Amino acid sequence: MTGFFGVTIQGLFGQLLVGLINGSFYAILSLGLAIIFGLLNIINFAHGAQYMLGAFVAWIGMTYLGVDYWWALLLSPLAVGGTGILIERAMLQRLYRLDHLYGLLLTFGLALIIEGLFRYRFGISGESYPVNELLAGGTNLGFMFLPKYRAWVVVASLVVCFATWYVIERTKLGSYLRAGTENPQLLQAFGINVPLMITLTYGYGVALAAFAGVLAAPIFNVNPVMGSNLIIVVFAVVVVGGMGSILGSIVTGIGLGLIEGIVKSGMIANLLGAMFDKVPVLGSLVYPVKLLFSPEASAVTIFVIMAIVLLVRPAGLFGRER
Amino acid sequence: MKTNAAAWALLVAAGMAAPFLVYPVFAMKVLCFALFACAFNLLLGYTGLLSFGHAAFLGSAGYVAGHAVKVLGFAPETGILAGAATAAALGYIFGSLAIRRSGIYFAMITLALAQMIFFVALQMPFTGGEDGMQGVPRGRLLGMIDLREPLSMYYFVFAIFLLGFWVIYRTIHSPFGQVLKAIRENEPRAVSLGYDVDKYKLAAFVLSAALSGLAGATKTLVFQLASLTDVHWHMSGEVVLMTLLGGMGTVFGPVIGAGLVVGLQNYGANMGEWVTVITGGIFVICVLAFRRGIVGEIAALFRK
Amino acid sequence: MKRKLFSAWICLALVAHVTTGAMAATKASDGVVKIGVLTDMSGTYSDLAGPGSLLAVQMAVEDFIAKEKPDFKIEVISADHQNKGDISANKAREWIDTEKVDAIVDLVTTSTALAVMKVAKEKNRITIVSGAASTPITNEQCTDINVHWTYDTYAMAVGTGRAVVKQGGKTWFFITADYAFGKALEKDTTDVVLEDGGKVLGRVLHPFPAQDFSSFLLQAQSSGAQVIGLANAGNDTINSIKQAAEFGITPKQSLAGLLMFITDVHSLGLKATQGMYLTTGFYWDRNDETRAWSKRFYEKKKRMPTMVQAVDYSAVTHYLKAVKAAGTDDTMTVMAKMKATPINDFFARNGKIRDDGRMVHDMYLAQVKKPEESKYPWDYYHIRQVIPGDQAFMPLSKSKCPLVKK
Repeated sequence: MTGFFGVTIQGLFGQLLVGLINGSFYAILSLGLAIIFGLLNIINFAHGAQYMLGAFVAWIGMTYLGVDYWWALLLSPLAVGGTGILIERAMLQRLYRLDHLYGLLLTFGLALIIEGLFRYRFGISGESYPVNELLAGGTNLGFMFLPKYRAWVVVASLVVCFATWYVIERTKLGSYLRAGTENPQLLQAFGINVPLMITLTYGYGVALAAFAGVLAAPIFNVNPVMGSNLIIVVFAVVVVGGMGSILGSIVTGIGLGLIEGIVKSGMIANLLGAMFDKVPVLGSLVYPVKLLFSPEASAVTIFVIMAIVLLVRPAGLFGRER
Repeated sequence: MKTNAAAWALLVAAGMAAPFLVYPVFAMKVLCFALFACAFNLLLGYTGLLSFGHAAFLGSAGYVAGHAVKVLGFAPETGILAGAATAAALGYIFGSLAIRRSGIYFAMITLALAQMIFFVALQMPFTGGEDGMQGVPRGRLLGMIDLREPLSMYYFVFAIFLLGFWVIYRTIHSPFGQVLKAIRENEPRAVSLGYDVDKYKLAAFVLSAALSGLAGATKTLVFQLASLTDVHWHMSGEVVLMTLLGGMGTVFGPVIGAGLVVGLQNYGANMGEWVTVITGGIFVICVLAFRRGIVGEIAALFRK
Repeated sequence: MKRKLFSAWICLALVAHVTTGAMAATKASDGVVKIGVLTDMSGTYSDLAGPGSLLAVQMAVEDFIAKEKPDFKIEVISADHQNKGDISANKAREWIDTEKVDAIVDLVTTSTALAVMKVAKEKNRITIVSGAASTPITNEQCTDINVHWTYDTYAMAVGTGRAVVKQGGKTWFFITADYAFGKALEKDTTDVVLEDGGKVLGRVLHPFPAQDFSSFLLQAQSSGAQVIGLANAGNDTINSIKQAAEFGITPKQSLAGLLMFITDVHSLGLKATQGMYLTTGFYWDRNDETRAWSKRFYEKKKRMPTMVQAVDYSAVTHYLKAVKAAGTDDTMTVMAKMKATPINDFFARNGKIRDDGRMVHDMYLAQVKKPEESKYPWDYYHIRQVIPGDQAFMPLSKSKCPLVKK
């Protein structure tokens, strides 16, 4: 075995880069969720379905209306964000006085409806969405071949994430949003239309999900269950980051992508194996831990992290107690 | 009190008659899920704690019971007890970790822990992974009654259901149950009255887990199969639906909720995706208009 | 307190109402042969089996009635097992108990096949597995009333694995789906590669199912192996191939799709799959007979049939002929007749059902055409080699099935 426990330096860089790409996806998806929870106290379980909607609207646009990728990046979030606004006005508004639980259950029900309808219409194998020519091909970085499109995904996600963060944390508009969460009546007394602000904020969060969907369309097949596979992971990211924290979800999203990359490379499993396999009793005790950090367990990594973080820092890494 | 007795009598009568009215395996499925939903309701409806990981108790008890009966040669009744005990132990561990937090954080911890159980179930050879644990024998109850007979198995399951249901009923109507309700209504006040709230929550959690395990272990013997579906987070979501639909915080609500959801899945098996859509629709309608669930709404109507 | 009374009453009324709805199905008498098609109607395998399988079975029944004019009635029912063992087992049990189903066919996905085989054996009903792949179906888990008709992981390994090694692909790295089927496929192929003088440089397990393979593909790349063996199927295979091209891994390293169907090639396109080897039990364009049947299928489904769907037709026809010849639908008698009669139809020549339930027939090594070579829709394969049945499938001498007399 060469390098670090079966992984060469080159291999490690490759895995980290791939991890960064996945991490930017997690970041932009959890950003939308974090905004909706942090500013509105709504647990938006429909986020995965809205991500899927974003991808499908882009595909439908391309197949039936000849809308190209660049336009789709703008129009799909607007369209799906629009449906978000409708949902908020028609249904979510009635639940604000009640326990968080009901918002969660409502959005969960909506997710089931949306996914069920799309599964009925489109089956499960999914549709293909081609990569736009401007972004096709890639460059050879030496340690790996980086497809241009994936690099674009990282750039686009990070730009949108930090722009959003900046607006919320550093501008006047953002301070209104944050004030609206703390004390809506007071803010309303200042003449700000708080309900409208809330509606638009929910719409924006949903639009972010749709944007991620359009970004995802050329990489993962556009299929009706693409959201439900991701939703609980994204929730975990938001929880670990701290449910009200915008920066927390961005950092945790990227961090998770990187950690997943290391886990998938097998390095951790090999490290634990090298250290404990030959040790008699400890070896068998460590075995389940090793299992939890091996490549096939990469889907569970975030949950392990979540359990650990919540026990040590209950409000999440960047969160504030509510 | 008389109406209470009447309600119980009706429940028992319905249960006794059921295998002659419907396919017995279907009736047994309803009973297992009804017990699961009632156990879940103890935690959600009466203590106010939403757990997203209850499938872990249903499924792990199912696997342990299945393994005990199939490989270790346990009798059915001891196998089921072993399953329930495992779920209780797991409930103690999960509960101790999760109780420290509240609200959505509590729910997320239970989800995270349940996902880890899912992964363990996937990887451990004895569960059979994707294939599941098959060919679990039903055995002979008390060494005498052959449980392969549908009617014998049905009445055994019904007896287990009644036992579990009775435990829940007594718990709700006891001083312990009152404290739980107090915690749900106003936790800080309960603390100020001197109750060790965490101990009560943990006790409720363990009880809920144990009874969920009882349901899961019994279900494995009914279907002679234990699979990953029982530890998947969708199952955790389904039990929330059953409880919500039937009526959180009502005694008989979850039973009805379970009956309807299982019935919908069975009846709608040929409708394919529409079952998902309808389930989602029920969630939405219940949250917007029928928050008290079927039983709750009917009770409210009646009170007017 | 009154509300408790009411709620219990409602409980009874509602449950009875909904469930009697579920019981509306009529109970059939024994003058009817009832076939249950249990398949994946909406999930990962719905394209290669699913509604197409149901169609194939219906075609078989219609053709049989028209040609043979039997004196018994035939009914076909179907259900979606969603690739879950518990749903399959429960559906099979319910079908046998309440619908008097005589035979259950298709059963794509190994976990469902194994689960239903157990239930069927307990209740003495015939099962015909046209969809699932793993070798335990005819080894450790074999039953005497089951037939495994189409293909298995051993045949795939022998076909594709051997061919690729012969072409010069001596060093291998596996990307394996982390469940029984993936691991079985990897093991059978590894055995063949080692036997033929090749080397396995490593492997990585991926969660099943997975969307993003970039990480695993990178590991395959850094191993430097000539061949990357994809021990997975369906969407996993499609995504692996797509992403391998995206990351520039092909064409420098070649990909071996150890289980691929024509619907996968159709989904990916010839540009992405050209030159890939695969083993199949059926190709629609192989000869006039296959073309004729496939065109009929295409008219109704607008897609060419996969080997699973072709088998559903072939197997059900064989079953019905056996029922007619035996004069009864009694399981053991019919099964004996099925094993005694060779299969000669558009799917197989001189096919035979062995004691372990394995239907032995020729397999075909195919290579995907280059885009320029394809002249009409679905013109995707060159058939490079015919692998005779006795070489394609595991010999009985190696069998782990308790029913096999050695």
